[in-house]
Amino acid sequence: MTVAWTSFTPWTALAGGLLIGLAAALLVLFNGRIAGISGIVGGLLRPLRGDIAWRAAFVAGLVIAPLAWLAFGALPRLHVAAGTPTLVAAGLLVGIGTRYGSGCTSGHGVCGLSRGSLRSLAATAAFMAAGFVTVFVARHLLGH
Amino acid sequence: MRVVLAFVAGLVFGLGLLLSGMADPAKVPGFLDLAGAWDPSLAFVMAGAIAVGALAFALARRRTKALLGDPMQLPTATAIDRRLVVGSLVFGAGWGLAGFCPGPALVALGLGAPQAVVFVVAMLAGMGLFELIEARRKG
Repeated sequence: MTVAWTSFTPWTALAGGLLIGLAAALLVLFNGRIAGISGIVGGLLRPLRGDIAWRAAFVAGLVIAPLAWLAFGALPRLHVAAGTPTLVAAGLLVGIGTRYGSGCTSGHGVCGLSRGSLRSLAATAAFMAAGFVTVFVARHLLGH
Repeated sequence: MRVVLAFVAGLVFGLGLLLSGMADPAKVPGFLDLAGAWDPSLAFVMAGAIAVGALAFALARRRTKALLGDPMQLPTATAIDRRLVVGSLVFGAGWGLAGFCPGPALVALGLGAPQAVVFVVAMLAGMGLFELIEARRKG
C-alpha cells in the first residue's frame, strides 16, 4: 500500500468532518433526531403526518449548500468516473442497501459510532469491507 | 423553528461535505482503494465528525427531550442481524461502484452534476422498492 500524498487533504478533511459533526450535534440536541441521510430521505417515501417538513428542510439544506458555498469561494469540480449504467446500478444498490441496513455513512458511520453503538460499528465495517472489495475488483481485477 | 433548525443542520452538513472534499465521488474510491495509491482523507473526515458527535450524543443521552421540546429519539435497536449486515454489504458495493453515498449525492445534485441526478433518481427508486417489498411482506 502506498499513500496518495498528492490527493490526501488532511486539514480540509478534518475541518469538514468537524462541520459534519456540528450538523449532527445541532439536529440531535435541538430536534432530537439522528442526522442519517438515508433515513431522513427514506422517511419522505413513507410520509407520516407532522414528520415531513423537517425531513424536507434538511434535504433542502443539503442541496442548497453549494449555493451557500459560493459566498466563501469557487465550487469544487466533481470527477465522476462512472457511466450511466453504473450510476443506475450503484444508486439502486445504495437505495435498497441503506434502507435494509437502517443507515449509511452518516447514520451509522458518523452518528452511530459517535454514540458508541456496536450495531453501527458492525454496519460500518460491513459497508467499508464491501466498498474495499468492490473497488479492488473494479480497479485491479477488471482494470476500470 | 424545528424546520428552520433542520434546514440549518442540512446546510452545515452540506458545507462540511464540500469542505472535506467528499462531495467529489473521486475522493471515495481513493480511500477504498487499499491496494492502490491510498488517500486516507475520509478517515480524517470521520475522525473530525465523531469528535464533535461523541460530545453531542453524550449530552443528548442524558436528556429525554430535545431543546425545542420534542422527545429525544435515539435509536434503540442493538441487534446485529442479517438485515443489517446484508443491507450494509449491498450499500457498500454501490458506494464503491460509483463513489456516491446519499449525503454527497444530494450535495452533488445541488452542484448541478447530471450524473448525480441519475444516481439520486436510482437511489430513490431503490428506497421505493424497499418500501414496496416491506409493505407486501407485512401484507
